[in-house]
Amino acid sequence: MAKLVKFKLDGKDVEAPEGQLVIDAADKEGVEIPRYCYHPGLGNPGVCRLCVCEVAGAPKPQMSCRTTVKEGLVVSTNSPAAKRAQAASLEFHLANHPLDCPVCDRAGECELQDYYQGYGLYKSTVREDKRHKEKRKSIGPTVVLDQERCIQCTRCTRFLDNVTKTSEMGIFGRGDRSVVDVYPGMEVDNAYSGNIVDICPVGALTDKDFRFSVRVWYLDRAPSVCTGCARGCAIEVHTNTERPWHTEGRRVARLKPRFNPEVNGWWMCDEGRYSYKSADSDTRLKASSRLGQDGAPVETSPADAAKGIAAELTRLVAERGAQGLAFVLSGTLSNEDLFAAKALIAKLGVPAANVALAPGPEQLGEADDLLRRAEKVPNLEGARALGFDTARPLTELSPDRFWGVWAVDRAVPAGWDKLPFTVWQGPNAVRFTGAARWVLAAAHCFEEDATAANFQGRLQRLRQAVPPLGDSQPDWAWFGSVLRALGGEFPHQDAASIFAALTAEEPAFRGLAFELPDEGVLLAASQPAGAAA
Amino acid sequence: MKPVLDKHRVAAVRRPEMGFKEQIYLVEVWKGLAITSRHFFVNLYRHVQKALGRAGLAGAVTTQYPEDGQVTKHRSRTRHRLLKREDGTPRCVACMLCETVCPAKCIYIKAEESPDVMIEKRAKSFSIDLGLCVFCGYCVEACPEDAIRMDSQYIQFPGSTRKDLIWDMPELMGDKPKAPSMETPKDPLSPGAE
Repeated sequence: MAKLVKFKLDGKDVEAPEGQLVIDAADKEGVEIPRYCYHPGLGNPGVCRLCVCEVAGAPKPQMSCRTTVKEGLVVSTNSPAAKRAQAASLEFHLANHPLDCPVCDRAGECELQDYYQGYGLYKSTVREDKRHKEKRKSIGPTVVLDQERCIQCTRCTRFLDNVTKTSEMGIFGRGDRSVVDVYPGMEVDNAYSGNIVDICPVGALTDKDFRFSVRVWYLDRAPSVCTGCARGCAIEVHTNTERPWHTEGRRVARLKPRFNPEVNGWWMCDEGRYSYKSADSDTRLKASSRLGQDGAPVETSPADAAKGIAAELTRLVAERGAQGLAFVLSGTLSNEDLFAAKALIAKLGVPAANVALAPGPEQLGEADDLLRRAEKVPNLEGARALGFDTARPLTELSPDRFWGVWAVDRAVPAGWDKLPFTVWQGPNAVRFTGAARWVLAAAHCFEEDATAANFQGRLQRLRQAVPPLGDSQPDWAWFGSVLRALGGEFPHQDAASIFAALTAEEPAFRGLAFELPDEGVLLAASQPAGAAA
Repeated sequence: MKPVLDKHRVAAVRRPEMGFKEQIYLVEVWKGLAITSRHFFVNLYRHVQKALGRAGLAGAVTTQYPEDGQVTKHRSRTRHRLLKREDGTPRCVACMLCETVCPAKCIYIKAEESPDVMIEKRAKSFSIDLGLCVFCGYCVEACPEDAIRMDSQYIQFPGSTRKDLIWDMPELMGDKPKAPSMETPKDPLSPGAE
């Protein structure tokens, strides 16, 4: 830890560690300095010259992203000289920028637009014609490049050089002829390509998936957590609910990474980024059903389904015993869901050995050393902390031993569907759904308030972005309503109340509040695996 | 009950409760008849004055809309038109500024890629619900491409259903005439209707 030194920032006495960048120290003090090239995750090449400020004693304006804090430094970010230097820099950035904001997807969240309002030179002195470069160039499966709009901040090239280390892009040419482009024969097709769109301060890089679908100022934002893998990247869910015709009725328009220094930094992978479509896909279950006499599914209300399942369970458990019932749970369940499931399993008296929770083959995938984890489920650690055995795979259970199975959000292999009692619960119809006796529509992860613990044991909050579709309800509501119909105790009506009970009963969650901080909380050391559920 | 503003600053206001005087109906019906009669006799007086060649205020006139023409002020804003470029393609680039600024939320645009790289973006569909439109002209002001303008004085766009008042892109551009459907909607109770 560097020693703290005192310096003056805009006439105010400020303390910061020696050697810290002035721009970082200013950010901490809430003093906004405009910047394009500087990104805390990508370093400070000092190419945009926009973050200039006046430093006492220096003959010329200094870049705040290249100046370090030292004792007695006097920095002014808003003096007339600093303002003039910033406006002059911005004038250069706009010299060749096409100003095609009406057709630019970035309009509304563009840093060029924002800074022009705050720091612009409203009377440009540039009289020359703008230089024309290539527009609408596809540089990969996810990204479109517009060279005219680029201001050569080099954030994208530095991201590809330093973060993904794939180096597909570079700056070519000199002066006003310089362009950003992909190297010949290459395309930006790495697993993190979507991030270069997020970090681009202007509209030079746009997302093919999002392009022209909806204007950014129509979007509502909810901070949540990606459920694509065990990393649990902090994300923002952007939803378009007021003008559904733009996204063809899809409510979730896109996902953006949210800064969490402990989990994902500034980034997220493409797999997670484009996984949002499952929330509004055709496979979403909007109503629950049971198999009728003729083998065709009959739609049922949630209350009737809970009652019907409870009646069948009561009869079968009395006739054939609770050890004949298997629970195939999934790491996609939140802690609140698992808490309710645990209560239901305890009420029925199902032995812990009948619960399979290890990720199935369809829940395993590619991993790398940047963000992606092999287990494509978000809450395995939470399940472990709640006392579930997260290592027992479904293949360890043989359908011959059982009379019934309750599967959640998992593909279940053949053999299980022949049992007299089958429940399949989940947001999207996957295999087994067609043949299950009861199909319960569950809410999608963007539709519920919940908590999930990632592979580090870091507990994060998921926040509801859109209401549950149709008759679907959160998984805990299904477990809870069946539990209530069986005569059990389940007084909770929302996730906050379940979490309160969870913190009271589970040692790993003791003392936590449902409103978790943005970066999450590390769970207390979890119980040894394999404890009775 | 105090009206509560939602996030769009729209409050649901309940209708006032009816008191005893309103509920017995007779008083209110006489009030209504008095208003109608007042209008009738005032207009009758004005028309008689005019017939006798005396100066005074003009009496009310009923126009047969849309069969008879109606003259409005020169500055009136009426139906919208979408303009074309010289090569006949629509000027609209689907920037959504008119849709955003529209206080009545009566403009519905879907965007797509334009084949011309210099235009880049264009409207796949563009429709205006004139039944919702308040003819404020903000869309014309907001347009950066001069792609939408409003007529003056032309108010002959009747419709017999709400759907008839939604104009799509070819109709707004003048490529397809908007034939006002003057059929009366089918009365489900009348004999012969399905």
